[in-house]
Amino acid sequence: MQASDRFNINSQLEHLQAKYVGTGHADLNRFEWAVNIQRDSYASYVGHYPVLAYFAIAENESIGRERYNFMQKMLLPCGLPPEREDD
Amino acid sequence: MYLYNLTLQRPTGILAAIYGNFSGGKVQEIVVARGKVLDLVRPDENGKLQTILSVEIFGAIRSLAQFRLTGAQKDYIVVGSDSGRIVILDYNKEKNVFDKIHQETYGKSGCRRIVPGQYLAIDPKGRAVMIGACEKQKLVYVLNRDTAARLTISSPLEAHKSHTVTYSICGVDCGFDNPIFASIELDYSEADQDSTGQAASEAQKNLTFYELDLGLNHVSRKWSEQVDNGANMLVTVPGGGDGPSGVLVCAENFVIYKNQGHPDVRAVIPRRADLPAERGVLIVSAATHKQKSMFFFLLQTEYGDIFKVTLEHDNDRVTELKIKYFDTIPVSAAMCVLKSGFLFAASEFGNHALYQFQAIGEEEDVEASSMTLMETEEGFQPVFFQPRGLKNLVRIDQLESLMPIMDMKVNNLFEEETPQIFTLCGRGPRSSLRILRTGLAISEMAVSQLPGVPSAVWTVKKNVNDEFDAYIVVSFANATLVLSIGETVEEVSDSGFLDTTPSLAVSLIGDDSLMQVHPNGIRHIREDGRINEWRTPGKRTIVKVGSNRLQVVIALSGGELVYFVVDLTGNLKEVEKHEMSGDVACLDIAPVPEGRQRSRFLAVGSYDNTIRILSLDPDDCMQILSVQSVSSAPESLLFLEVQASVGGEDGADHPASLFLNAGLQNGVLFRTMVDMVTGQLSDSRSRFLGLRAPKLFSIVVRGRRAMLCLSSRPWLGYIHQGHFLLTPLSYETLEFAASFSSDQCAEGVVAVAGDALRVFTIERLGETFNETVVPLRYTPRKFVLHPKRKLLVMIESDQGAFTAEEREAAKKECFEAAGMGENGNANNEQMENGGEDEDKDDPLSDEQYGYPKAESDKWVSCIRVLDPRTSTTTCLLELQDNEAAFSICTVNFHDKEYGTLLAVGTAKGLQFWPKRSLAAGFIHIYRFKDDGKTLELLHKTQVEGVPLALCQFQGRLLAGIGPVLRLYDLGKKRLLRKCENKLFPNTIVNIHTYRDRIYVGDIQESFHFCKYRRDENQLYIFADDCVPRWVTASLHIDFDTVAGADKFGNIYFVRLPQDVSDEIEEDPTGGKIKWEQGKLNGAPNKVEEIVQYHIGDVVTSLQKASLIPGGGECIIYGTVMGCLGALLPFTSRDDVDFFSHLEMYMRQEHPPLCGRDHMAFRSAYFPVKDVIDGDLCEQFPTLPMDLQRKIADELDRTPGEILKKLEEVRNKIV
Repeated sequence: MQASDRFNINSQLEHLQAKYVGTGHADLNRFEWAVNIQRDSYASYVGHYPVLAYFAIAENESIGRERYNFMQKMLLPCGLPPEREDD
Repeated sequence: MYLYNLTLQRPTGILAAIYGNFSGGKVQEIVVARGKVLDLVRPDENGKLQTILSVEIFGAIRSLAQFRLTGAQKDYIVVGSDSGRIVILDYNKEKNVFDKIHQETYGKSGCRRIVPGQYLAIDPKGRAVMIGACEKQKLVYVLNRDTAARLTISSPLEAHKSHTVTYSICGVDCGFDNPIFASIELDYSEADQDSTGQAASEAQKNLTFYELDLGLNHVSRKWSEQVDNGANMLVTVPGGGDGPSGVLVCAENFVIYKNQGHPDVRAVIPRRADLPAERGVLIVSAATHKQKSMFFFLLQTEYGDIFKVTLEHDNDRVTELKIKYFDTIPVSAAMCVLKSGFLFAASEFGNHALYQFQAIGEEEDVEASSMTLMETEEGFQPVFFQPRGLKNLVRIDQLESLMPIMDMKVNNLFEEETPQIFTLCGRGPRSSLRILRTGLAISEMAVSQLPGVPSAVWTVKKNVNDEFDAYIVVSFANATLVLSIGETVEEVSDSGFLDTTPSLAVSLIGDDSLMQVHPNGIRHIREDGRINEWRTPGKRTIVKVGSNRLQVVIALSGGELVYFVVDLTGNLKEVEKHEMSGDVACLDIAPVPEGRQRSRFLAVGSYDNTIRILSLDPDDCMQILSVQSVSSAPESLLFLEVQASVGGEDGADHPASLFLNAGLQNGVLFRTMVDMVTGQLSDSRSRFLGLRAPKLFSIVVRGRRAMLCLSSRPWLGYIHQGHFLLTPLSYETLEFAASFSSDQCAEGVVAVAGDALRVFTIERLGETFNETVVPLRYTPRKFVLHPKRKLLVMIESDQGAFTAEEREAAKKECFEAAGMGENGNANNEQMENGGEDEDKDDPLSDEQYGYPKAESDKWVSCIRVLDPRTSTTTCLLELQDNEAAFSICTVNFHDKEYGTLLAVGTAKGLQFWPKRSLAAGFIHIYRFKDDGKTLELLHKTQVEGVPLALCQFQGRLLAGIGPVLRLYDLGKKRLLRKCENKLFPNTIVNIHTYRDRIYVGDIQESFHFCKYRRDENQLYIFADDCVPRWVTASLHIDFDTVAGADKFGNIYFVRLPQDVSDEIEEDPTGGKIKWEQGKLNGAPNKVEEIVQYHIGDVVTSLQKASLIPGGGECIIYGTVMGCLGALLPFTSRDDVDFFSHLEMYMRQEHPPLCGRDHMAFRSAYFPVKDVIDGDLCEQFPTLPMDLQRKIADELDRTPGEILKKLEEVRNKIV
């Protein structure tokens, strides 16, 4: 790898994608994008305690249960991924 | 429009609590995080929780941990917040502040998925800390000491793993071996790729140990093993000689002991017998108690039951894990077991409590054990138990919590001087209506009727060194009554006081003699009973008296002052006379300074609206030192000495100073600083207290001198955490008062009002509000005020609960079962307790145990009419068949047949998961009967969705039903549809109307401005917002302006631009033609955002109100975390400039404690606009003196002037 490669746009992008989860790319599909948004949202709900409490009141669950549910939903936030069209 | 934001009531909910010795030594302390506030709380010797320090940090605290370096005596606090920084704090006992020891940046700010801050774990030996994010990132910092024994922190070591969700982390106690951290992780990378779902179903949570190699300075994954997929929490098990080491994994329904190279030891968590089968049991909070010889864990489930978990172990082999039912208390967010035998439980919703341990669960009770774990075909066999009354714990104190405020209204229903704030708080069985009044709470100790109407009261000690007062002396129009204080308070006649005359002053003089001043002279009663009388010359009478322990000044009618001092032999000696120009209105002598023989200052108020300071020094006796003119004749004067302070628990750093306070006849309290040497007056402030001239009295509060001002209501002036606070007391009008100290009541006040003598104490200093609580049945949703009758009508609904009848039946059944089982036991217990056990009346109060859980499609709900004056419910209608109320409003239909009616929007069988669905929605119309006290259903109308918003509009009813705004008129059998608009984007959540405009809040899309055209019978949207706001609260401000709050904790104002507004009003079609050609998929006009501010808490209600008589209106908000705040509009440009500069300097010089940038926090979602943060400005007095001066110089003012400004603006609000 040449020194100049480090500064080209592709390797910069790759670096960002490796460092920051959720950085998009040109071939990002709708599902991947949605999954990211959902995971970010759930992480935000868990991080903001007043929001968590707000959900807990709406669903009449304890805050601890609500946090657990959100963390569990991180696994498949948008259901199963679509089948890949083989290229 | 510029606004000043000021928090009136700090958040009262708690999200995390840690316990340790933060001030060093043996004192047990608790640090609690209340969202954006960090508090230090300490139980005092009586078991009362005292808040020692409370700091606003301008950020969101997400986790807390405490650690102690080996051999140290003191714990440090680690804070995980949204700042992208790890912050280590040390509590400084001398200055009573949190000192920031370290602040290390590791990531972006904000609560993000991969930025650590969500989890914190500490090595039990205090050598390292791990800070983790929800996903991927975990950082380990090594903690050490440098040569000067200061705490050092290393650069972070990474323990990241991509595509991995973290559920919990904790430290593993492995003695002095390399520190190990455990974490529950779930790898999702395969599940994201596999469209068949197989990978997702096989996704497995792992327990992973990370080892920090202190030698290599490196973190490695040491061990990873599959763990139950319901795992959600880890608890450290003591190790290194104290126990077997390893961790407890709390999972849904199970607790599992795990350690490297150790087989799992698993036990089921006992279930409540009435729990539906599909519900699991999840542990939500945990506390560990560790002594030299033993340790145990207290784990609390999501239903509130606490289990005691013990491990049987043989060195590091765990042979048995036992889970025994301990007690049930309300579900808590955090628990702490204190070494002093207390349990602090920070409730999720509702009041927090401090419990004392009566026992540690040694008695027989339901127990699950790893030994008796039975695996059957359907899984592990559950163990059942029945909750019972508290056996091991007894509650000894509470911390009030308003969390969550569901709705709030400000109104002067009680016709008091200031309006009351009515808040709906709490959830489920712990719900309540709390009536907040500005002022300190009073606890009345005694009220006794007197034979006449007293005019004054004093208390005196017999000797300077006495701890308690000896007499209460009450003066009437023509007599004086002396009461002696002992076991009881009774009248005495041998005190030496003259009882046939009224008194003007009674006090202790010299070391041990008493003085009574009456209109005709001074009676000096020596300790041995000798009495000296000084009589007034001629026919003149004494009108006013001022005295301290060694000096007395009297004013005779006509305006002559006579000055006496107590000489060395204890006699009262006349020293000087002085003729004033006219009658004296009032006078006071400053207290004798410590170590001095006399005080130098005499203050004299005259009817010519002046106050003069006279010297009492022998050299220049009765010389006028300074003159101050005031707005009205002074009625009462009081010197208040403020002792020098170097900070510490009771205040910030300030030098000793002397204040002269004057109560003026126009009801104003005038306060000015007296130069201790020259007697010059400076820095004067005035404040209107009430309709009567304030009378000032010196009393003692927390061992310090404070001032009681009696105007049309009593006020207390005292110093609290460095601020001088002048706060009203929630008590009736008093005539005269004196401090009172006796065996039963160390710091009380005795006062006269009417013909009664009252003794009371002042509680919970430093609070802005005091509350009256009225319990409710279910989670309150909304309420309205009945406009004429002064009644509250509220709706309460709960999901997943049984109806009252079902609960009653279940309870009965359960008692019968329990009664049969332990019949013998129950009787014995009762005998032992002497049958006094109050719990027997209601052994399973719902407030304590919560409602039993039902299936999630079950709803219970009620409509309540409540008379707030008597706190009684005059009507309570339970809705039937899973119907739940969501909206309420009063409506006057234009045909006026029924007068005011009540409309309630309900939904039947509402479910949120897997998809929002409902059986039907209804709008009920009720009519008020019996003076509004009861309700009668007129009819109910079925609608297609949940009517979440109702509002009266031009004699009709507007309802927001899902995305439809509809206008209804009243029919005989049902409501009649008149007009509708279906073009709202999602769901309408609130409606306001003004003239012909309708302001509609959408759940997701901010506000829409609509118009109704009567001639065409059309509703149409003419303007909307271009920002997607998830509206949670709204308030109509003026014709073009609406204030709203969104789910992410922002408050914003939107305004329709003036020209657009005019155009629409002038346009004969009302902008309708334009409406047909919308912009950006919306209305043709867009509103402008004029104010934007991040509160950092979900605002649930907004109200416009003025909390003080004659004060300007401000916007009051209430939040989920139980915080109340106010936004005050500035009236002058100068103030805006001043405060925005002050805010700017404060941001620069005093960045927030937990590392969040202040500006970034207030702009977390949208840039802050035109709001000045008063909470930051109010931190000015806590700065060191030199910094205060520096900022003041920049602003071209003195620190005193800045303090005065801050006080002024606060006094405009509350």
